Amino acid sequence: MTRKRRRLFVVLLGMATLGIAAALVLFAFEDNLVFFYSPSDVAEREIKPGQRIRVGGLVEAASLQRTPASPEVSFAVTDMRRSLKIVYTGILPDLFREGQGIVAEGTLRPDGAFEARSVLAKHDENYMPPEVADSLKRAGVWQHREPQQDASGKARP
Amino acid sequence: MLHRFANPARFLRIARWVVPWSASLGLVSGAAGLYLGLAGSPADYQQGDTVRIMYVHVPAAWMALAAYATMALASAVALIWKHPLADLIAKSTAPIGATFTAIALITGALWGQPTWGTWWVWDARLTSVLILLFLYVGYLALWNAFDDPTRAARAAAVLALVGVVNLPIIKFSVDWWNTLHQPASVLKIGGPTIHPAMLTPLLLMALAFLCYFITLLLLRVRGELAARKLRALQAARAEG
Repeated sequence: MTRKRRRLFVVLLGMATLGIAAALVLFAFEDNLVFFYSPSDVAEREIKPGQRIRVGGLVEAASLQRTPASPEVSFAVTDMRRSLKIVYTGILPDLFREGQGIVAEGTLRPDGAFEARSVLAKHDENYMPPEVADSLKRAGVWQHREPQQDASGKARP
Repeated sequence: MLHRFANPARFLRIARWVVPWSASLGLVSGAAGLYLGLAGSPADYQQGDTVRIMYVHVPAAWMALAAYATMALASAVALIWKHPLADLIAKSTAPIGATFTAIALITGALWGQPTWGTWWVWDARLTSVLILLFLYVGYLALWNAFDDPTRAARAAAVLALVGVVNLPIIKFSVDWWNTLHQPASVLKIGGPTIHPAMLTPLLLMALAFLCYFITLLLLRVRGELAARKLRALQAARAEG
């Protein structure tokens, strides 16, 4: 075996080992690498009230309620399996609307509702001019915000 | 095949021929891409005019990854086959790639504020790109930490290869974990989810960024070769 050959194998072996190590580490830390939990995750993990977490999902249609003369709002986010009521006092981002993906940071209240300290809008991977969006809606083929999406806003195949 | 291009004289001949072409193609596609992106394309149905940040952000992010791949490939060639040019190519790529990464991070923050409602979050995509910037900076620092260029090149090449692990993490972070950053729109199974009127300026800008990268890389390698020649001449004169 020539020296070049040997160096090639050393580099390839090193990269393979590193790749496997990285994959194992990422797999082990999966829970810490997710940016937010879905409402189903929250239910399954039995998160305690007072623990700071992020919850993400689509804002459920017709769930937005504003308290008169106060900046308090409440709405439900859903991952199409479970939904979670979120209470928030503050200004919602511009992109916030029913059917839109959002990520809220805050704590669970003892009554099961989620008290958000901040609400971020999530943008999906679809880009189009407004006229195209309108004509898609008119033609009844609008599907970017409909139930075939999961909590992260990704369209299911 | 590789040995043919390892010859500095032949490399310089090719570079002298490529640079005018890549520079002019970059200028033309950049001008067309900027015009279409800033004026000749529609606003997005949700983001409004903020979508125009994408025409700089996405090509910069692509090139940040492409530059790192180039740097790592050149480093591997330098480590394994000891080609004299490969080290210089890897070294010349790093500042360009670091700049692309910084542009992607800064334009991303400018887009995130109006769209998400925050400049920065520690989600998997944003954090892994920040790590990419640190890898570039660490690579450059390592080059300058040694007096002996041969040892510096070897240490830096090892770091560049270690950092390759980060590339698939950046690309697939949005698919593997819940992130605030949206998943891929162009390079995805099932075709792009960007309207053609927006995809055209995006691809033109990507071509412009690619040409800019090639041009700058060739010029930098030419400069490195001249610097190496100068060092050799000075050493010869000091001895003689």
